[in-house]
Amino acid sequence: MKKQVYSGAIDYLQVMDENGNVDMQLMPSIPDSKIVDMYKYMLFARALDAKSLSLQRQGRLATYAPLIGEEATQIGVAMALRKDDVFVPSFRQHGVFLARGQPLEDYFVYWKGYEDGAKSTRQINALPVCVPVGTQLPHGAGVAFAQKYLKRDAVTVAFVGDGGTSEGDFYEAINFAGVNKLPFIVIIENNQWAISVPRKDQTAAQTLAQKAMAAGVRGVQVDGNDVLAVYKAVTEAIAASKNGPTVIECVTYRMSMHTTADDPAKYRPDSDVKPWKDKDPLKRVSIYLTAKGLWSGQLEQDTAAQQQKQIDEAVDRSEQQFKPDPKGMFETLYSFMPDTLKDEERNAVENNFWM
Amino acid sequence: MKTNMVGAINNALELAMKENGNIVLLGEDIAKDGGVFRVTDGLSDKFPGRVFDTPLAESSIIGTSIGMAVAGMRPVPEIQFAGFMLLSVSQLLNHAARYRTRTRSAMSVPMVVRTPVSGGVKTLEHHSDSPEALYSHIGGLIVVEPSNPYDAKGLLMKALRMDDPVLFLEPTKLYRLFKQDIPDEAYEVPIGKANYARHGNDLTIITYGTMAPLVQEVVEKKNVSADVIDLRTINPLDEATILESVKRTSRALIVHEAEMSFGVGAEIAARIAEKAMFELSAPIMRVASPSIPYPFPGYENYYLPNAKKIGNAIDKILTA
Repeated sequence: MKKQVYSGAIDYLQVMDENGNVDMQLMPSIPDSKIVDMYKYMLFARALDAKSLSLQRQGRLATYAPLIGEEATQIGVAMALRKDDVFVPSFRQHGVFLARGQPLEDYFVYWKGYEDGAKSTRQINALPVCVPVGTQLPHGAGVAFAQKYLKRDAVTVAFVGDGGTSEGDFYEAINFAGVNKLPFIVIIENNQWAISVPRKDQTAAQTLAQKAMAAGVRGVQVDGNDVLAVYKAVTEAIAASKNGPTVIECVTYRMSMHTTADDPAKYRPDSDVKPWKDKDPLKRVSIYLTAKGLWSGQLEQDTAAQQQKQIDEAVDRSEQQFKPDPKGMFETLYSFMPDTLKDEERNAVENNFWM
Repeated sequence: MKTNMVGAINNALELAMKENGNIVLLGEDIAKDGGVFRVTDGLSDKFPGRVFDTPLAESSIIGTSIGMAVAGMRPVPEIQFAGFMLLSVSQLLNHAARYRTRTRSAMSVPMVVRTPVSGGVKTLEHHSDSPEALYSHIGGLIVVEPSNPYDAKGLLMKALRMDDPVLFLEPTKLYRLFKQDIPDEAYEVPIGKANYARHGNDLTIITYGTMAPLVQEVVEKKNVSADVIDLRTINPLDEATILESVKRTSRALIVHEAEMSFGVGAEIAARIAEKAMFELSAPIMRVASPSIPYPFPGYENYYLPNAKKIGNAIDKILTA
């Protein structure tokens, strides 16, 4: 006997195309003002990114991972989340942190290279930035387990890149979440490049969303440069979360370098980047809102000036008010201070090794 | 109650789960089966929905536990054998150990990872490892290893009330080796504090885990006057107790089952050398397994430190 025991398909969702045309059948039911907010946050994220890159080049931030090009994925997710939902980042989701209300000076303190900047992540229901690729996903599944166990009305949304879907932790996390039917949403921020390795060399799978099928959970692919599609997919995943997790692949593009320590000219031809300039996630929303009379050049100028002021003031606070405290390294390792660690700290303080 | 180490650990888990509704146990085969050593036997019936089998994937057993802990629960993951725990080292060392300091104490990972360690019971490859030095090296994880039922229950009760990630290493050989009378009710044995298993004057033997009962047996048979310090906690190390004893006896012998090189013994020897060098009347000595991975069971008796090896070291250090 031979019979088919499984078949599956992956849907692709786009609500607004690159020219700002909207498929009204698919349009999520949100007021125009929310779309304006989404656009403002995308502008804000792009401005924050530009400032961060500039500061890094001046030696005022440590290594930094730019987000330009990925604003729609990040803001679309952030705007779909509710306050109590938990956000689990990888390391490039500055836009989500921004839209969830992370104090901007904490953002800068963090990227200057101080753990102190991560203190406030708890207040915005986020886990801190996670550097080892994919390892944050089991944490997200665990948080979702706790939400279910503690009967909290909330979901957990965790980010991973295209490269991260090759990690074992990616599969382990969605598999665990599937078995336990957890309110867990994985956002694959597929920006086509894992440092220098292109998407096609990462996996032979036609989509990254289909990896969800191996774990028996829902998977969907969306235009990651379409903020409305991302928003809609996340909203639907939240609505379905009582029945278990969803994996959402957001197809976007890393317009800049992996981090400030990287030079994409070495491995990525301009011809690869160029087509994505036309698919810019901000441009299409600007066209749409302008056509509806909800946006203008003047509004854009005013918004940019106001956001720039907030950014500059936050940079000032992070540079002038924040004082590093190296004792924190010793004193926050455990819930108590072991004697041997006390000795090491005392030795450093008494001998003034820190200058 | 009179019980072996398996019973003591099971009892501690039960008492802690009664005390704290946010404790869950997770791992491979721990629910219906009660774990391959039956340590969690019966708990899934006593606490429905709080003891569950996970998919067979060690990294996510620890990784999801970290998420649960950060979100307000107190998970107790079991890794079936220490050799398999290497698949979750990334989660343990990159995350569990660093979460608190990474957030400057805004978040913590209160969880107790249980795993059987060490050999001597003729198991397959990868079932007999002694990895305590590996997990103690970078800091952030508390590493505990009891050598008897009383300490096992008290250390575990304490660990389950702490706000830190604790790695709780259970020597398989000692699981059912002997019984002790221990209190029925909950009690704590302090973490970070070594125990004088025996008092003497002529030398200090620092040990823990499988070697602790063996060392005491040898000392008794040879009728030497020795302080026997059972570390109980590997990290953070109770340096004060070690130095207090060594300065008094002037001789230090370290005995552990784990491989010799870069081990716990090296750390202890270094601290004694730094802080008590001029009070020593003999070189510091170590007895440990050879610096090679744990062999197949056929060779384990050639590999493990035994009474003869420990006895020889005692003779040598006393006559040095």
